Amino acid sequence: MIYWNSFGDFIAMGGYGLYVWGSFGVTALIMAVEPILVARHRKSTIARLRRQLRADARVENRSTEQ
Amino acid sequence: MTDRFNLYRFASPATFYPLAGRMIPWFIAASIAFGLAGLWLGMLVAPTDFQQGEGYRIIFIHVPASWMSMFIYLVMAFWAAIGLAFNTRLSGMMAQALAPTGALMAFLSLWTGALWGKPMWGTWWVWDARLTSELILLFLYIGYMALTAAIDDVRRADKAGGLLLLVGVVNIPIIYFSVQWWNTLHQGSSVNLTKSSMAVTMLWGMLLMALCFWMYSIAVALARARTIMLERERHTDWVKAELAGEQK
Amino acid sequence: MLKIILAVIGRDLKLAMRRQADIVSAIFFFVIVVSLFPLGVGPEPDLLRTLAPGVLWVAALLATMLSLPRLFADDHRDGTLEQLALAPHPLGIVVTGKVIAHWLVSGLPLALIAPILGIQFDLSSKALLILTGSILLGTPALSGIGAIGAALTLGLRGGGVLLSLLVLPLYIPVLIFGAGAVDATVSGLGGEGHLSLLAALTFASLGFAPWASAAALKIALE
Repeated sequence: MIYWNSFGDFIAMGGYGLYVWGSFGVTALIMAVEPILVARHRKSTIARLRRQLRADARVENRSTEQ
Repeated sequence: MTDRFNLYRFASPATFYPLAGRMIPWFIAASIAFGLAGLWLGMLVAPTDFQQGEGYRIIFIHVPASWMSMFIYLVMAFWAAIGLAFNTRLSGMMAQALAPTGALMAFLSLWTGALWGKPMWGTWWVWDARLTSELILLFLYIGYMALTAAIDDVRRADKAGGLLLLVGVVNIPIIYFSVQWWNTLHQGSSVNLTKSSMAVTMLWGMLLMALCFWMYSIAVALARARTIMLERERHTDWVKAELAGEQK
Repeated sequence: MLKIILAVIGRDLKLAMRRQADIVSAIFFFVIVVSLFPLGVGPEPDLLRTLAPGVLWVAALLATMLSLPRLFADDHRDGTLEQLALAPHPLGIVVTGKVIAHWLVSGLPLALIAPILGIQFDLSSKALLILTGSILLGTPALSGIGAIGAALTLGLRGGGVLLSLLVLPLYIPVLIFGAGAVDATVSGLGGEGHLSLLAALTFASLGFAPWASAAALKIALE
């Protein structure tokens, strides 16, 4: 079923290893890095918005106390 | 009438945000499943191509990435048209959430195209009609992102970006036609990448990889859209509730 | 309708005449950029002849872009643009007038000076004629498409660079057919096909672009 005879053949890709793995490697890298960046951006946005929310709440409390 | 109501309800970020949150894990799972199946078929089972040897296996990411890059631009233009016609808040956010993924897909298409071109044509880059059009598509993505990033007012950013997308989508066929014309005149090496008759396993592998790229793009775009929603709707009650709720 | 267009053209031309330095510097930019190429690639006539169409056209593209940021900016600053947007006649008509005026002060001078520069590149008289014709035919499309970019970037920081980022990819068909017409003439194929496609592009963009620009201006003015 599996086309390759050995793992070495698979890596060599019939001499096209550099090109094939260069393509797949960069694709994998981008598909790994993009979600991480999106998740990090989301986390920092949430943290920032929460800080703002708390600051707003403090200002409101102060104005009701007075 | 109820249809209309539902559409508007769906288009409101307050409804869309939790819905997208629930959908993202499924799209990620589907993407991984399709990706593994596609890679198994394409990389392990599929036989070699008699013309291009093992180098042809780049097709399993080159073609899906090219399809996605073109399709995402069309989807963005679709959202832009909806946004300009019905003035919905969601559409601008979706277009902006899709743009970076579309640009990355265009980049991947060029990158894998170059890595394919080197062994097949002997150079990293040929001014082939399709590669050139893909490059211009990347420029269009970059222009859209630069424009929306330069406008502080989000309403204006959405509308101006949307208009640019529509202008771009009208121009894409003209650009493609002109590049094709230019290419035939200059007798560029227009080697047809997908011409050789493909084995059934190759075709299946490619389709599965395309599905994997679809699911991936949807998941990433939805995740990005959720962040944009929080940011833009930060003064609404639902975002405040959301932020307070996730603290636990 | 024609009256409005003519009135806008007249007004913009009058304003442009007060700032002739801008027009002159755009022309000199064109001349200098074109003259730099032989210095960069060497003086062999054969090489220059093949390069000439592309070099002249790319330089023309860049030269017409120089004046684009000001297309709406001055009117925006003094409030004229808002008045025009509120006026009863459609804004697209006004923009059509402005686009034509922009072409008269930016595209037309380039077409007139291009054959002189073409001589530097050892082009034949037939090729020079086609070069002038293609620039005459193609630059209105550049002004039209450029107006969309100028309207989208109105009042933004870094507007000039952003404008070129948006507009240059959309200029590609004009560049291909414009330079292609001259190229085909140089190589003896005849550039008539290119010229008719270029004319089609120009008419399409002159019909379509002012309305897209008007929509973009309304977004910017909101």
